[in-house]
Amino acid sequence: MAELNPARFAGTHRKAVFDAGTNWFLGVLFAATLLVTLANQLLPPDSPFHVATFTVTLLGKYLTLALLAVAVDFVWGYMGILSLGHGAFFGLGGYAMGMYLMRQIGDRGVYGHPELPDFMVFLNWSELPWFWQGFDQFWFAALMILLVPGTLAFVFGWLAFRSRVSGVYLSIITQALTYALMLAFFRNEMGFGGNNGLTDFKDLLGFDLQSDDTRIGLFITSAIALSLGYLLCKWITVTRFGRVMLAVRDAENRTRFSGYKVEHVQLVVFVLSAMIAGVAGALYVPQVGIINPGEFSPLNSIEIVVWVAIGGRATLYGAVIGALLVNFSKTWFTGVMPEVWLFALGGLFVFVTIVLPQGISGLFRHLKKKQGDPPIGPDAPVHREATA
Amino acid sequence: MKMNKSGGRLHWLLALQAVILMLLASSPHVFADEALDQAVLKLQSPKLMEVRQALPLLKDSESEVADELLAALLTSDLYRSRADDRLVVMGATMPGGVEVRRLDMATEPPGLTEPEIAKKGDFRRVATNNAMRRQIRTLIATRSLQHKEVSRRLNAVNQIFDKLDEDNVELIQSAFAGEDNAEVKALMQQALQLFRLQTGALGDQLEAAQNLQDSLQPAVVNEFRSLRRELTDIADTRPLTAQEKLLQRAASDGIRKVEEKAEFYSKVENLFFGLSLGSVLVLAAIGLAVTFGVMGVINMAHGELIMLGAYTTFVIQQLMPQQVGLALLLSIPCAFVVSAVVGMLIERGVIRFLYGRPLETLLATFGVSLILQQAVRSIFSPLNRAVESPDWMHGVWQINPIFSITYNRLFIIFFSLMVFFALLLVLKKTSLGLRVRAVSQNRAMAQAMGVRSAWVDCTTFGLGSGIAGIAGVALSQLTNVGPNLGQSYIIDSFMVVVFGGVGNLWGTLVAGLSLGVANKFLEPFSGAVLAKILVLIFIILFIQKRPRGLFPQKGRAVDG
Repeated sequence: MAELNPARFAGTHRKAVFDAGTNWFLGVLFAATLLVTLANQLLPPDSPFHVATFTVTLLGKYLTLALLAVAVDFVWGYMGILSLGHGAFFGLGGYAMGMYLMRQIGDRGVYGHPELPDFMVFLNWSELPWFWQGFDQFWFAALMILLVPGTLAFVFGWLAFRSRVSGVYLSIITQALTYALMLAFFRNEMGFGGNNGLTDFKDLLGFDLQSDDTRIGLFITSAIALSLGYLLCKWITVTRFGRVMLAVRDAENRTRFSGYKVEHVQLVVFVLSAMIAGVAGALYVPQVGIINPGEFSPLNSIEIVVWVAIGGRATLYGAVIGALLVNFSKTWFTGVMPEVWLFALGGLFVFVTIVLPQGISGLFRHLKKKQGDPPIGPDAPVHREATA
Repeated sequence: MKMNKSGGRLHWLLALQAVILMLLASSPHVFADEALDQAVLKLQSPKLMEVRQALPLLKDSESEVADELLAALLTSDLYRSRADDRLVVMGATMPGGVEVRRLDMATEPPGLTEPEIAKKGDFRRVATNNAMRRQIRTLIATRSLQHKEVSRRLNAVNQIFDKLDEDNVELIQSAFAGEDNAEVKALMQQALQLFRLQTGALGDQLEAAQNLQDSLQPAVVNEFRSLRRELTDIADTRPLTAQEKLLQRAASDGIRKVEEKAEFYSKVENLFFGLSLGSVLVLAAIGLAVTFGVMGVINMAHGELIMLGAYTTFVIQQLMPQQVGLALLLSIPCAFVVSAVVGMLIERGVIRFLYGRPLETLLATFGVSLILQQAVRSIFSPLNRAVESPDWMHGVWQINPIFSITYNRLFIIFFSLMVFFALLLVLKKTSLGLRVRAVSQNRAMAQAMGVRSAWVDCTTFGLGSGIAGIAGVALSQLTNVGPNLGQSYIIDSFMVVVFGGVGNLWGTLVAGLSLGVANKFLEPFSGAVLAKILVLIFIILFIQKRPRGLFPQKGRAVDG
């Protein structure tokens, strides 16, 4: 029972970054981005194939969520850490971007204060808190988008992995982490706008956020970020380091006994994943125009996990498919019959875990198996987790 | 034999008849209140003199309604009907008229009817004047000071405390002589001493101050404070006399003692609040301790099972709105059954397929929780519903003037302890408990010994879920019932179970209570939300240090 199937890994050393999955994924993403952009820019608005800017922004939002799903798949699918708190890293990246956008408003706010954002004037604050300093510079904000989620993930992960917290316990404390952050950000005293969060953004790097060109630009940037994030994760998984990740996922103790520093591997992957989630959040905020503590709610984080589960773990492209599919149907359901959405989502949770444990990409893999190319995804319940 | 039997029956019948006759004969005497009858007649008169004569009659009346008539007379709200001179108490002006409550002498004892709307023009005010109003105030105070219930008398003295004057003090003095309850006597004594402190000569004041050293009454402390301030002001202009210095010291001592006591009691109060919060946590978490701890199943729908229990309470209360208390008692078994059945359905329909895959179980049960939430939202609307509390859960247990305990919190503490020990008993002493423990320790061995482990899983899950339902009944008495009720408790419950040590019910109890107390003691420094965050961070750090909780399970069964 504990034996690993050697056939599972046979031939995996041949894996390159640009395998069939990657090529297909990048190709489809590139073609779709190009088509949408052209359809928006060149076709007249009354053409049936014209894509409205609203739709483009919606697609851009989905792409950032897909990037978030890739980050979760990277830790869960390839290393077996089920994080129920990735919404926290996403939200922190989003807040860092939101703070930059707030500072860009300058004196165009409702109260017209040259330096303080509206909500601080409203709360009778006289000067900018120290942690808002520097966010008027884009490079600083960009650095923070990576550093803040990364640091939190580092501290949290260092504490957790060092003491070998794993499995369900880790999931629950990551959920507590994002829950604590949500409670904290709801407080006005925190200086992040409390309940209402940050909103009323005007422009980004001098581009007007309301203009069509900026929105197309953000869409394309999101597509590029998704491709880069995908490639980065894919590249890591095919290196030697990636092999160790898989080993940690399938038999943590054996890997440790073989002399690998399991907690280091876990920490590196966790921090990297958090940074990717932060970037996704930063691209998400200018497109939806608001960031508030609701992003930290445990439900959001657990929803991300479902995207990955539906798309199929340990494929990366599966995560993207899951994220796009669930979010499309969410938009559709909440528009047409909102009361059914939670039934559908809840049903999906149950259906996928029981009937389709390998997700949609598992179906692809099923077809590929006939061609004798074993996948590297988990294909059986990992026994180690049973005792955790 | 036959004769004997029927003879016995005859005796019974005779006795019964006698009792009924006695009741019938005596009842008019029991409730007859001639003073009230006469007073009402006088009040119906248009002459001021007659109305004044009603006052001493009302004083002697034994009916509760006399108090209401006096109070209405004092605020000029007593009217008589133009048509038939019946007395009414007028209330607030409403659209379409005024609210009136009629005096009904036909009921026993006489009382006021339920409010109805009537035209103000149909009634004439019962005349009073200033002299009468003063008299009425004294009457009301006397009546309550000599009321037959101790609590009413205590209340009356307490109310006088804030507005002591010659008249009041005289009342208390006269009531003091006839008082036989020690508590009321002590309180009256304090009031008299306070009056001496406020108005007496220096010697009197000093003596009174020494007598009042142990008093916790806010009025006494305020008087001490103002005395101390006065004396300090005097000390700025001239040196104090020896007696004044003594008085100053007595006042300071009194304040210090009260402040020390206040600090002590605020700690006790925090502890009590913490325990009641903690027992809510325990109640929410012990169901989870069974499913998560004993079975190793992560049930994210646990919060929704709590919510179902709360909604069951709501529904039963809707079905029998007249008997709030009975509905609450009935809803305990009903909520248990509802949640247990739903829990068993979840186990048979979902979790059964996922044993050994905890992460998948977590996701699937989360899906179930979303479905349950939305189902409740669709059936009962997304709005919060208020569940009424029965009378015996309202109210405050006033232990002393600066410390009181609300009954509902006290009930919650006892209730959760009862549920806890009942569960402990089930797990330790019943054959079901034996099987549950066997399966949780070594499933394969238990199966080999003939335990039907699938059946045990199902029942255990039902047991844990049913307890979640009972927790919902308790929560419905503390907060509003809404679709999000469960979500707000699920993370806390997990924290409690993990903190206490998985698979250990005692750990859950200790963890829940100590987290509740910690939360309440942090609150004054940091505010409620920050306290919660601090506790969460503490648990996160704690799990790093001791991943298996406060009371880890020992033995070979635990195999990390």
